[in-house]
Amino acid sequence: MTYLTLSITLIFVVIPLILSKTLNLGLEKDTIIATIRSIVQLLAVGFILKFVFDSESLLYIFLMVTLMIVAATHNAQKKGAAIKGITWKIAVTLVFVEILTQSILLGFNITPPTAQYIISISGMVIGNSMVLSILFLNRFTSEVESHQDQTELILSLGGTPKQAIHRQLIQSIKASMIPTIESQKTVGLVQLPGMMSGQIIAGADPIQAVQFQLLIMFLLLTTAAVTSVLLGFLSYPTLFNQRMQLLKN
Amino acid sequence: MAIDYKPAIHFKHVDYSIGDLNILKDITGSFPAGKITTLVGPSGAGKTTLLKLCNGLLSPKSGEIYINGVSIQQYEPVELRRTVGIALQSAPMIDGSVYDNLNLPLALKNEKLEESRALSLLEDVGLEKELLKRNVKDLSGGQRQKVSIARTLVNRPQILLLDEITSSLDRTSLKEIEELVVKINRKYKAAIIWITHNLQQALEIGDFTWVMMNGEVVETGESELLEDPHNEKVKVFVKGEVK
Repeated sequence: MTYLTLSITLIFVVIPLILSKTLNLGLEKDTIIATIRSIVQLLAVGFILKFVFDSESLLYIFLMVTLMIVAATHNAQKKGAAIKGITWKIAVTLVFVEILTQSILLGFNITPPTAQYIISISGMVIGNSMVLSILFLNRFTSEVESHQDQTELILSLGGTPKQAIHRQLIQSIKASMIPTIESQKTVGLVQLPGMMSGQIIAGADPIQAVQFQLLIMFLLLTTAAVTSVLLGFLSYPTLFNQRMQLLKN
Repeated sequence: MAIDYKPAIHFKHVDYSIGDLNILKDITGSFPAGKITTLVGPSGAGKTTLLKLCNGLLSPKSGEIYINGVSIQQYEPVELRRTVGIALQSAPMIDGSVYDNLNLPLALKNEKLEESRALSLLEDVGLEKELLKRNVKDLSGGQRQKVSIARTLVNRPQILLLDEITSSLDRTSLKEIEELVVKINRKYKAAIIWITHNLQQALEIGDFTWVMMNGEVVETGESELLEDPHNEKVKVFVKGEVK
């Protein structure tokens, strides 16, 4: 694709702008900011990736993955501001998920240990883990708030904090995992995943593209499960003090 | 007050605050063992906070609380909460049947409530045995409160705290709960501390009364004090309430 054809694709930005203006949606400014940000960020990342891929340096791969984790942590922690120490809890979760998935992929020779694979897959894993963290924290904080009386009931009867928060924790873990599981049920029927479509457009064999997509989807199942469970079990103890009392914000 | 009775709970200069807001100020006094003490006072007086301090759901900012003569700090939280049971105002239920709720205190210890004991508890609180398998969603307000009290009794607490358990009940249910509280007090010999907005109820059911206002205990004594209080603020408060 040439830069000329790429610029013609801006028609797809003009259409929502016209709709927003005509219907007074007030989304023009946000649409323009989103467009400019996506152009700048993706072009920048494109140049950086090219540099890293060419260099094949482990240090650059490490720095790239670290940058992803830092950015994802920063983005997700806003949703869990009510939970003490949430920033490092998210960071630990993302690092753990990244190490776990890459260890399996590289350990079993599923993917080659090259920057091209490690960075691309890490991006998907960390991005998905970030979204899962946000979904989990959103649900968990609202579950804890809306079921305070049940938590207090179980504590008052001699239950431990873990017992008192168990229902809310499980509900939040399930709720945050549902989108991942549901989207996998309809994949191929309703939508072709972006990565698979990209590979096919780039000329890859569709069967190979499907195989790779399956790998990613299974990977994202683990990412979803491990992220919500780990973040849940790291988060709930900070809602209580040493005397097993629910701390209220 | 009640210096002739052994105290079940004793407060010694207890303060509780949230941020700059003083909820309880310098609370000193005792709830006698084996007796019913009612806590009365306007909303926001700190009554519920006081109960939660006794059960260890909250801790005082300063001062000491003694349960059966032992400092509350000496108790493990779980042990304390099994010794001092509390029936919360909203009578929260876990999803499931009446049995599931009665079984909850034991399930938390990985034990199981015998069905015969569950039925006996239902009988104690005046509920039909048929209700045991009923979903708690299908219970009336009065039935929920009774299940809540029965559930608290499963741990065989020596002290029972009741937080406005009759505030949303009709007259019939209210009378039933009043009779039930007296019955529990006699059968289990438990000290009962009961928050109520109903001063008539406090007068009729309570052996002793604490009147609280703005986080302070302003008058204590035998419940008859409500008929002729000494404190001017309490006089204003009870005026028109006790018939």
